[in-house]
Amino acid sequence: MIPVDDYLFLSLALFTIGVIGVLTRRNVIIMLMSIELILNAVNINLMVFSRMWGTVDGQVFAIFIITDAAAEAAVGLGIILAFFHNRETVLADEMDIMKW
Amino acid sequence: MNTPYFLEHIWLIPLFPLLTAAVMLFYGRKLANNIVSYLCAGSVFVSFIFSVGAFFQLVAMPQGERFFTKVLFEWVPAVPYHMFDGRLAQFVAGWEFQIDPLSAVMILVVTGVGFLIHVYSTGYMALEGGYYRFFGYLNLFMFAMLILVLANNFLMMFVGWEGVGTCSYLLIGFYFHRKSASDAGKKAFIVNRVGDAGFLLGIFLCSAVLGTVRFSDIGPALHAGNFQKGDPWLTAIALLLFVGAAGKSAQIPLYVWLPDAMEGPTPVSALIHAATMVTAGVYMVTRTNAIYQLAPKAMYVVALVGAITALFAATIGVVQNDIKKVLAYSTVSQLGYMFLACGVGAFTAGIFHLMTHAFFKGLLFLAAGSVIHALSGEQDMRKMGALSKRIPVTYWTMLIATLAIAGIFPFAGFVSKDLILGKAYEQDVLLWAIGYFTAGMTAFYMFRLVFMTFHGTSRVDHEVEHHIHESPKAMLVPLVILAGLSIVGGLVSWPEILGGNSHFVHFLEPVVGMAHQSRIEPLKGPSSRIGEINLMLMSEGLVVLGILFAWYLYIKRTELPAKIAKGLNGFYELVYHKYYVDELYDALFVNRAKDLGLALGWFDTNVINGVGVDGAGWLTRFVSRASMWWDTWIVDGSVKLGARIVWVLSLPVRLIQDGLVQSYMLFIVIGLIGFLGYYFYLAHHAVH
Amino acid sequence: MQTLNQALFIFFAVLAVASAILMVTRRNIVHGAVFLITTLLSTAGIFLLLQAEFLFIVQVILYVGGIMVLFVFVIMLVNLDVSMRQVQFNRQWFVAGALALVLAGQFLFAIWAGRGALRLPAMANEISPKNTEAVADALFSHYMLPFEIASILLLVAMIGAVVMAKRRAG
Repeated sequence: MIPVDDYLFLSLALFTIGVIGVLTRRNVIIMLMSIELILNAVNINLMVFSRMWGTVDGQVFAIFIITDAAAEAAVGLGIILAFFHNRETVLADEMDIMKW
Repeated sequence: MNTPYFLEHIWLIPLFPLLTAAVMLFYGRKLANNIVSYLCAGSVFVSFIFSVGAFFQLVAMPQGERFFTKVLFEWVPAVPYHMFDGRLAQFVAGWEFQIDPLSAVMILVVTGVGFLIHVYSTGYMALEGGYYRFFGYLNLFMFAMLILVLANNFLMMFVGWEGVGTCSYLLIGFYFHRKSASDAGKKAFIVNRVGDAGFLLGIFLCSAVLGTVRFSDIGPALHAGNFQKGDPWLTAIALLLFVGAAGKSAQIPLYVWLPDAMEGPTPVSALIHAATMVTAGVYMVTRTNAIYQLAPKAMYVVALVGAITALFAATIGVVQNDIKKVLAYSTVSQLGYMFLACGVGAFTAGIFHLMTHAFFKGLLFLAAGSVIHALSGEQDMRKMGALSKRIPVTYWTMLIATLAIAGIFPFAGFVSKDLILGKAYEQDVLLWAIGYFTAGMTAFYMFRLVFMTFHGTSRVDHEVEHHIHESPKAMLVPLVILAGLSIVGGLVSWPEILGGNSHFVHFLEPVVGMAHQSRIEPLKGPSSRIGEINLMLMSEGLVVLGILFAWYLYIKRTELPAKIAKGLNGFYELVYHKYYVDELYDALFVNRAKDLGLALGWFDTNVINGVGVDGAGWLTRFVSRASMWWDTWIVDGSVKLGARIVWVLSLPVRLIQDGLVQSYMLFIVIGLIGFLGYYFYLAHHAVH
Repeated sequence: MQTLNQALFIFFAVLAVASAILMVTRRNIVHGAVFLITTLLSTAGIFLLLQAEFLFIVQVILYVGGIMVLFVFVIMLVNLDVSMRQVQFNRQWFVAGALALVLAGQFLFAIWAGRGALRLPAMANEISPKNTEAVADALFSHYMLPFEIASILLLVAMIGAVVMAKRRAG
């Protein structure tokens, strides 16, 4: 009978760290990795509640999240590489072509 | 009782020439000269036949009933108005023709002499351009003149009055490409107009004082109004009417147009400025004699003006060298005689002189035209001479006319002039003296004309000499007929003293004795100290002296006139230049009128154009500038304002879009915080 | 048993959080990637504690073995030395950090409001043998459509990645 609160606190901590990482770091690769962190935090949440209800729906959803994270990482890294070929930079601050 | 045919159809008399004038207007261009001649002269001939018919049918009636009116239609319907003395009257005027002895005489003279002149013109104008136009105008003139003399009221007479004035203008300026001719036409019309102003005022005053404009109603109106002799209103009316007569009949001071009118073709001078139009004034005064007879002061003015004009014009005529100018001044002088007659109460004498003057003056002009025609256009008498054998018919007819105008017994002029002088002597010896002396001068200058033209040595230009020829029959026959009339015309009113019957005088009695209180009887012999026979002898004596003097100067001692002229240099120049009257009028009136025109022109250019047109231009430019300002600042301004509002509103949004992904994500987080905050707040309160 | 559970949980939790914090703060990206791997492995451990065996394996093989390897390859292709010398944190770090903490605070509030309300059921004595099968069952029956879509998504991502990394022709 462990209360779920602890797991939720954990998930929240990881989520917050991930958000801080996305908003704060200049390097886009770190940003992507922070996004992965966020997704993981969500996964933990899903798993906890899947265990609580006794169903596997949460886990199936988590599979999909992982699948999506993989696709996203692949495409995102491809974009980063293409951008690096053009502009020689991986800093988000210098990727401001779409400004007003 | 059945009205006689010619009296009933009196209105046709003016109509025939009007119809042919209209035909000339519309089709004249396309018609051959013969057709024009036959049509136009023919219509006047038909009018003459009708006039003769009307005359005889009038004479057939008993003397007291010789008065007939034919109403054609009503022109001005009756309009009630108040006269000067407060009575109510109706102003009504219609196209109503009146036949009485006076108008019968007039239509005979007008159509008869008119017809002869039409025939003459077919010869004289044969080679001129605008043949149909000439005859059209001439016929139109006949129409207007006949309306004038057949009218029974002032309004209709005024229509004819103006009509003859217009035709005179048209015919004087017939050779319109000559500036002098068109100027003369204008001068005639304008001077006439001055007279017409007086005439119109006279008509208005007549309707205000007497309550009518119909001639036949004037007599009864005078009786009903109890007008005394010497009434100031009647004097005023008479003087104003005389102003009109002076304009039309070329008396001082409105005579200046008649000498200039010689610019027109010679038949025009003969018809209009000798026989008919210029006599309209005399006719009008005679027609309204009822008013004049009650205004003796006005009559004296008429007589005095007539006498002075006669003398004045005669002096100018003595020194003129153009044959037509001499005749023109002679006409002015003879018209003076006619007014002298009317002024002393001898209205019938005036009309009689009008008739005889039509014969011999018409003849004189036509003969002068024949001379000019023979000399290929030469009009200066200094370049004539010794023509009597070469153009005999012209010579003899002109001589007869000259004898008539001089007043040699027994020609027509003698009878009529004597009638006038006799009556003048009765009234005022001074007037008689002026007329007497002028008669002598008339004889002198007329024979001067004949001697210079036909006698003496030939001073004709060499080239002209070869072409001297007698005129065609069309021109000569009227000359002969008029010559005959000049001889026997006097018989119509042969004075009783010499055994005659004074038919003419008696014939016109009813017309002239119209005033109720007339003391002036139709002429019988003057009851004078000298006696009528003695007066006649005195006149004849002076006339013969005049002729002899002319013979002396122009045949016997031809170098004398030049010497006399040089001797009296200043005086000669004065008279030769017509006493500089034209120059005086120019300075006083003509140039002042032009100045007014120039002033108005200046006003138009600077004020009306300046203020109006330029002002309108300025206003337009101003409005367009204001509109542009409005457009730039207000209209464009509101558009720009809208744009600026959008810019201002979009500014923060624009600044947010910095192209940095992380800042976008920050906004997502902010939104998420807000979103969650709201829901947790709701959830919290739902639970609690 | 209970205490082992708790001890393991605390161990994995602390490991995960510490690794996460370290990952986010490293200058060297490779270090960051390594610490992410550690975090992911800790998470996998959490999964296992929650008796989600299939997902534990998937996490390790896919996430760590696939995705992180991919990350490391790309890190190598990007200019590592240059980026190490640049400023690591952007201009909005303070505001971002504050707001993130606010967000965390909100969630904290939500969790705190419902603390102790939900409980996990007791663990079974035996290892439950049917987790993978159950997942497979659910995946290929109820969640067939999402499964197919996910496969298409992977196909698209693959093509996209290939196109993206291709050098310009000529």
